[in-house]
Amino acid sequence: MSQLHYALFTGCTAKQSTPELLSSTLAVAEKLGIKITILEEASCCGASHLQDFDEFLAHVLNARNICYAEKLGLTMITICNTCQLNSAMTKHALDTNPELKARVNEKLAEVGLEYKGTSEIKHFLYALTEDYGLEAIKDKVVTPLSKFNIAPFYGCHNIRPSELHHKSNGNENSYVPKSLDNLIDALEGHPVDYEHKNKCCGFHVELQANHTSEVLAGNAMVDAIDNNADMLVTPCPLCHLKMDTYQDDVGKVIGRDIELPVLHMPQMVALALGCTPKEIGLNFHVQPATQIIEEAKA
Amino acid sequence: MDNSSRKVTIKAFRFNKETDYLPYYKSYEMEIGKDELILDVMNRIKWEHDGSFSYRRSCRHGICGACAIKVNGRATLACKQNAMELLNLFNNELVLEPSSKKRAMKDMIIDKKDFWDKHAKVTPYLVADVEPHPEHETKQSIEEADSFLDADLCIQCGACHYSCPVIEVNEDYFGPAAFVSAYRFSIDPRDSAGKERLEETAKMGQGVWDCVKCFECAEACPKEINPIEKITKLHNMQFEQGVARSNVATRHAEGFVRSIKKHGFLDEADIVLYSEGYLGMYKHLKTAIKMMKAGKIHWNDALPFVDNVPKSKNLDEIEKLIQISMTNKL
Repeated sequence: MSQLHYALFTGCTAKQSTPELLSSTLAVAEKLGIKITILEEASCCGASHLQDFDEFLAHVLNARNICYAEKLGLTMITICNTCQLNSAMTKHALDTNPELKARVNEKLAEVGLEYKGTSEIKHFLYALTEDYGLEAIKDKVVTPLSKFNIAPFYGCHNIRPSELHHKSNGNENSYVPKSLDNLIDALEGHPVDYEHKNKCCGFHVELQANHTSEVLAGNAMVDAIDNNADMLVTPCPLCHLKMDTYQDDVGKVIGRDIELPVLHMPQMVALALGCTPKEIGLNFHVQPATQIIEEAKA
Repeated sequence: MDNSSRKVTIKAFRFNKETDYLPYYKSYEMEIGKDELILDVMNRIKWEHDGSFSYRRSCRHGICGACAIKVNGRATLACKQNAMELLNLFNNELVLEPSSKKRAMKDMIIDKKDFWDKHAKVTPYLVADVEPHPEHETKQSIEEADSFLDADLCIQCGACHYSCPVIEVNEDYFGPAAFVSAYRFSIDPRDSAGKERLEETAKMGQGVWDCVKCFECAEACPKEINPIEKITKLHNMQFEQGVARSNVATRHAEGFVRSIKKHGFLDEADIVLYSEGYLGMYKHLKTAIKMMKAGKIHWNDALPFVDNVPKSKNLDEIEKLIQISMTNKL
């Protein structure tokens, strides 16, 4: 297999409140020999909130991000479901609507750029499961995760709307998603089967509809815990933030004590590939995650 | 995919609100052929196994919306959905359930009162001052008609409404189907009640700002209307038509521009501060302290005079693009 090479769109969260997401992504890439070029020019994707304010402006900014991946001739990978969704939505809108594409390109021309539509956009999860391949990952496992029941939490924006994502997510069915389960399997962990694995974490209404947000996150976490999860793993840093940093508040609203480490997908992979908890920033979690790993090793 | 007929066990939710204390599930064995629909499966449960099995059905053409149910949690219009496709997807195990279990009256039949009440709240019809004896027809361009063409396909089946997680948590929330109606009539150039509808759907608690952006509605709609796309359009229309009032949600949306202009990236601390205001910030202090302790953020991140947000390269391009592309205002 020739070396995989991607343009990485980090998104805002990995550069700020979840530094462990970026470090663990780079650690996984290094262990697997995947070449990463970070798109330092990229801006925020709008996180679907800028889209609510000014949809056209959001298309222009996302198109600009994609332009830089196109310049490199690389597939753009994302490490946040919401970045994936908004970048892919812009790509889809521009690739299917020539009139919109022309309007966006008219703006981009002012800064010397042109959106062509030549780069694919794909979440790192699917770069691993689809491009690198589960069998190849299996061969690289040095610390099997066999002691853990791991609840896969897919996050909405990688799987819905399914038509938008089909080309980049290996035809994942949003009602029966399998990629994370299969990845956990490949790392020799035990995937937890639970109803809420493909449901919403509530992050996007954290500020304006706090109760809704807490209940949705709580329903999912409690479901995972009731199905014997030791930890929850997600490809989305926004799901992570909701479930990790707000875990206490969620527990209070739901009326249950919740103690559930919430790992980023690349952290889980990195652990199995032999990285230490420190290397992948497990110490940066609000809900302690390091201890469970150390205990399992002992 | 193997599509030959096969013998399977179908599980169905059974409940009679008048006689049963709790719902239960019953299994029915049958051989299913490649062309059978979920509606055929329900018919066969009723005709071949148990005549008391109850469900709504009428047109059999995907136009009346009566037979919307859930199969293994997936919103399904029974008369449009091939059974074999779902058997393949769900490993030959199908569980038939009403669209909303907590609203079940008898088996698949639910009480849709909340759906219709909310639908009624968005004035779901054309409000127009029409000449009683017009001299010519009201003309509409193709583009104008196209703008609500797909929204007009809604059959009020409730698939999106009962797939929406907010509906289950917040009883005031109008839900995706009502928003599609609000959009459909507000964008129609013949209508004159757009502003009132936008004002109703802008209100916190009931309106579009409570949408969690899960895209369940887009996935559930059997007519491929993509309700959340209409929700985004309603958001934009609020700003375009000056209906949006400054509140935590609108500032949160508009605040992204402020951050992106300055850094390219979102300033995570600033967006919370800007949306909530200094007084509202206290709600987040506890979380901020926890995040600081874990090393996720730093003590000076939230201070307006300390700028430690990462910057995008070629930030001037971003500033320029915002300047020349942005049209909406709060």
